[in-house]
Amino acid sequence: MSTQTLPRGEGGRFAHLIDSDVAGLLALLVLVIALFGIADNEFLSLSTFTSVAFQLPELGLLSLAMLMPIISGGFNLAITFTANLSGLAMAYVLQSHGGVDAGLEVFAAGVLAALATGALVGWLMGVIIAYTGAHPILVSLSTMIFVRGLGEFLTRGGDISGVPGYVQAIGQGTVYGVPAPVLVFAAAVLLWSVVLSRSRLGFATRMIGSNIEATRFSGVPTRRSLTLIYTLSGLMCGVAGIVMLARFNSVRVGHGESYLLITVLACFLGRVDPFGGFGRVFPVAIALLILQVIASGLNQLGANQHLSTALWGGFLLLIMVVRSIWASRSLQTLFSKR
Amino acid sequence: MTSALSRTADGPRIQAGAPLLQLDHISKRFGGVKALDDVRFDIKRGEVLCLAGENGCGKSTLIKIISGVHQPERGAAMLFDGRSIEGLSPATARALGIQVIWQDLALFPEMSVAENIAFESNLGARPRLVNYRAMRAAAARILDRLGVKLNLDASLRTLAIAQRQIVAVARALVAEATLVFMDEPTASLSQAETDALLVIVRRLSAEGIAVVFVSHRLAEVLDVCSRVTVLRDGRFVGTFPTEGMTQTRLTELMTGKTFDYAVQERDLSSAPVVLSVENLSRAPDYANVSLTIRRGEIVGLTGRLGSGRTELALSLFGMAPASTGTVTLEGTPVRFASNREAIRAGVAYVSEDRLQLGLIQPQSIADNTAIAVLDSLLGPDHLISARRQSALVDTWIHDLGVKIGHPGHAVSTLSGGNQQRIVLAKWLATNPKLLILDCPTVGVDVGARAGIFAIIHKLAKAGMAILLISDEIPDVYFNADRILHMRNGRIVGAYVPGETTLDTIEGAVHA
Repeated sequence: MSTQTLPRGEGGRFAHLIDSDVAGLLALLVLVIALFGIADNEFLSLSTFTSVAFQLPELGLLSLAMLMPIISGGFNLAITFTANLSGLAMAYVLQSHGGVDAGLEVFAAGVLAALATGALVGWLMGVIIAYTGAHPILVSLSTMIFVRGLGEFLTRGGDISGVPGYVQAIGQGTVYGVPAPVLVFAAAVLLWSVVLSRSRLGFATRMIGSNIEATRFSGVPTRRSLTLIYTLSGLMCGVAGIVMLARFNSVRVGHGESYLLITVLACFLGRVDPFGGFGRVFPVAIALLILQVIASGLNQLGANQHLSTALWGGFLLLIMVVRSIWASRSLQTLFSKR
Repeated sequence: MTSALSRTADGPRIQAGAPLLQLDHISKRFGGVKALDDVRFDIKRGEVLCLAGENGCGKSTLIKIISGVHQPERGAAMLFDGRSIEGLSPATARALGIQVIWQDLALFPEMSVAENIAFESNLGARPRLVNYRAMRAAAARILDRLGVKLNLDASLRTLAIAQRQIVAVARALVAEATLVFMDEPTASLSQAETDALLVIVRRLSAEGIAVVFVSHRLAEVLDVCSRVTVLRDGRFVGTFPTEGMTQTRLTELMTGKTFDYAVQERDLSSAPVVLSVENLSRAPDYANVSLTIRRGEIVGLTGRLGSGRTELALSLFGMAPASTGTVTLEGTPVRFASNREAIRAGVAYVSEDRLQLGLIQPQSIADNTAIAVLDSLLGPDHLISARRQSALVDTWIHDLGVKIGHPGHAVSTLSGGNQQRIVLAKWLATNPKLLILDCPTVGVDVGARAGIFAIIHKLAKAGMAILLISDEIPDVYFNADRILHMRNGRIVGAYVPGETTLDTIEGAVHA
C-alpha cells in the first residue's frame, strides 16, 4: 500500500520470510482470535477451526487466482465464473462416463478438463490484454459476462450434481485429521510463492506491475508474460472449481459469486499494492485467515445471519482505520529521527 | 579548495538599490545533519540570480526557509525590504509575494488552464462559489502579461511540459509576486522551449520581479542571471557576478574539484568496425543515415529535440524498425524484430527518459540491475538464484562505484547520478558490443557527470563501441572522438573535436 513507510522494493529474494508486514498481520490474526475467544467461550474449539479450515480454501484459491493479475497491475474479475465453468467441465466428464460410479481414470480426465478450461479462459483474457493493450478490468469483465452466459446456457440455469464419493472427499474429507481442501490450498500457496518470488515470470510480473514500458525496454517479453499471468490465473480458477465441485457435490454457475470482491480485499489486506508491482503470497494467506476467522467468529456468536455481513464489513473498516493510524504514527517517528 | 575558491566575495553591485531580501547567518539542522551552515543570501528587485550547487548542497532547504516552510536556527537575520521577517510562516511569505515553483509544478492535471492559474484567487472568497468568469479574466490577463497564448479551457493534462511550466509561472504571478523561485525549470525542456522560458524570465525581471533560478544547466544560468550564489555541502561558497564566469569555473566552485577538460585525440582508424549503418531511413523520423562506429570509439550524435536522434537509436535497438537501409553489426547484417534480439546480439540502449523508461523506479536496486540478464541467474532448478543475483549486483555496484544504502531499497531513493550508474550496470551486465547512450547526463549533477563520463571512457578503452547522443554540446565535444550533427532526420554535419572549436559546433546546431 502507498502508506507503507519502509523503503519500497524489498521484494522477492531480498526479503526475509518474517518481516514487518507478516509480523503485523500475524499480530492482527492473534488479536482477532483473542477478541472472539473472550467474547465467546465456545470460540476456541476444534469445531471453529474445522469450519474455518473447510471454508477458507475456496476463497483462498480464488484469491491466489486474483493475486498475480493484481501484482501485474491488472485485475481478473472473471475468477468465480471461470472456476464454475471449470467445475462444469469436470462434472460433464464425470456425468457422461458413469456419474457417481465413474472410475479414477474418468476422474483424472475430469481434473484435466477443469484445469484446461480454466487455463483456456485465462489465456484468452491474457492474449487480449497483452496484444490489444485494453484495460484488464474491461477485458476480464467482458470475459466474466461471456463465461457466465456460457455457463448458464450449458446448465440451463440449474445445477449439475452427483459426483463419486472419492471426489467429494477432496472437498469434505480429512487426511490425518487435516481437511483435504486445506492441503490443496497449502500446496497452491507454496507453488504460487515459488512462482512469484523465484521464477522469471514472477520477476516480470512485479516489474510489469510497476512500469510495463520500462520492463519492455529492458528486454523482458512483456506480452508473453501477461498472457502467461492470466493463463496461470485461469488455471488456479480451475483448481478452485474442482474443490468447489467436490465440496458442494454440485456445480451452479453462480456459486461463490460474492467471493469476487472479497478476494480483492484479501489481496489488499495482505499488503499487495493496489497500484501493482508489489505483493507476496504469505501475507495474503494470513489475511485470508483473518477474514475467515472474523466470518466464522461472527457466525458462532450467533449474530443474526443478515446482520453478520454488516458486522463483517464494519470490522474490516475498523482494521483499515487502525492500520492507517499505525502507519501514520510510524511515519511520525521516521520524521522525528531526521 | 583552491585559492580562488576562498575568495568569498559578495560580488560587485550589479544593480543599485537596497536588497529586496537579505539573509545572514542562516543555519539549519535536521537531527544530526547540518543542512545549512552560516549561509548568506541577498537579491535585489528585478534581479535574476542563480542558486547553484549539487544535489544535497542545501538549495532546497534555503528555499524552504525563505518561503516560511522551515525556520532557521537562532542567530539568523532575515530582512525583506528592510524590515525583519523573523518567524516567517508560509502564509506571511506568500503575503510578501514570495512564490516558489517547484520542479514538479504542483498543478492540477484534470483542471483547466484558467482554473490552475487563478484557483488561489478564489480561495476564501465570499460567497463560497466559483466565479469562473473572473477566473478566466484573471488568467487571460496574466498570460497576456507574459506574452504567451494558451487555450484557457484546455485541461492541463493535454499540455506539454513547457506549457505547464508557463501555467505554473502564471499562477505565481496571480498572487502579486515580488520574488519567484524556479526549481530546475528547464530540466525537461528542449532548447527552443528553454529559450521561450528565458524570455519570460527577462520579462518578469523588467517588471521588477526578482527571480531566483535553480538549474543544473550552466550555460543558461550564465546566460540569464546577473549573479550566481554557490552552495556546497550546506556551506556558502560565495556570490559571484556571471560576467566573466565560465562553465568550467562554476563547476569547480560547485564541486570543489578541478576538472580536466580536454578533447579526445586518438587514432582509431585501424580499429575494426563494430557498427555500420548505410542509408537507413524511417519515415517520417529520419532518412538516409549512414555512420560507422569502430571498436573503442565514442561517436557523438547531437541535434535538437525532435531531430530524429532518439528514433534512430530505437531503430538500432530493435524497437522502431527502419523502412530501408542496412545495419551491420561486426560484419553481419542484422534486422532486429524486437529489442530482445538486439540485446542478444550485443546492443544496449540507455534511454534519455530514466524516470519512465530507463529504470523501474519503485522497484529495488537489485532487481533493476538484474532485469536484463535474468537468464544468466537461473540455477539448476530453473529458478532465479538469490546467490547469483546478489553476486551480480554487488559486483556492478562495486565496479561502477554506486552509492547505495541497501540493494533492496527502491531505485527511486538514489540520486540522479547513482540512478544513471544503475542503468549502466543493467546494460553492462548484458556484455554489449555497442552501447547507445541517449542523453546520459539528463538530471545528473555536474560533479556526478564527470563520474559517468569516466565510466564511459573506461568502457571505450576496453573496446566497446559507443554512440553518445546529447543535446548538451560540451558533453559530446569533450567526450567523443567524432561528432555527427543531426537535423530534421538527416545527418548534416560531421566534426572532429580536435580540429574545430566548441563554438563552431554550437553555432551550427543552434543556427
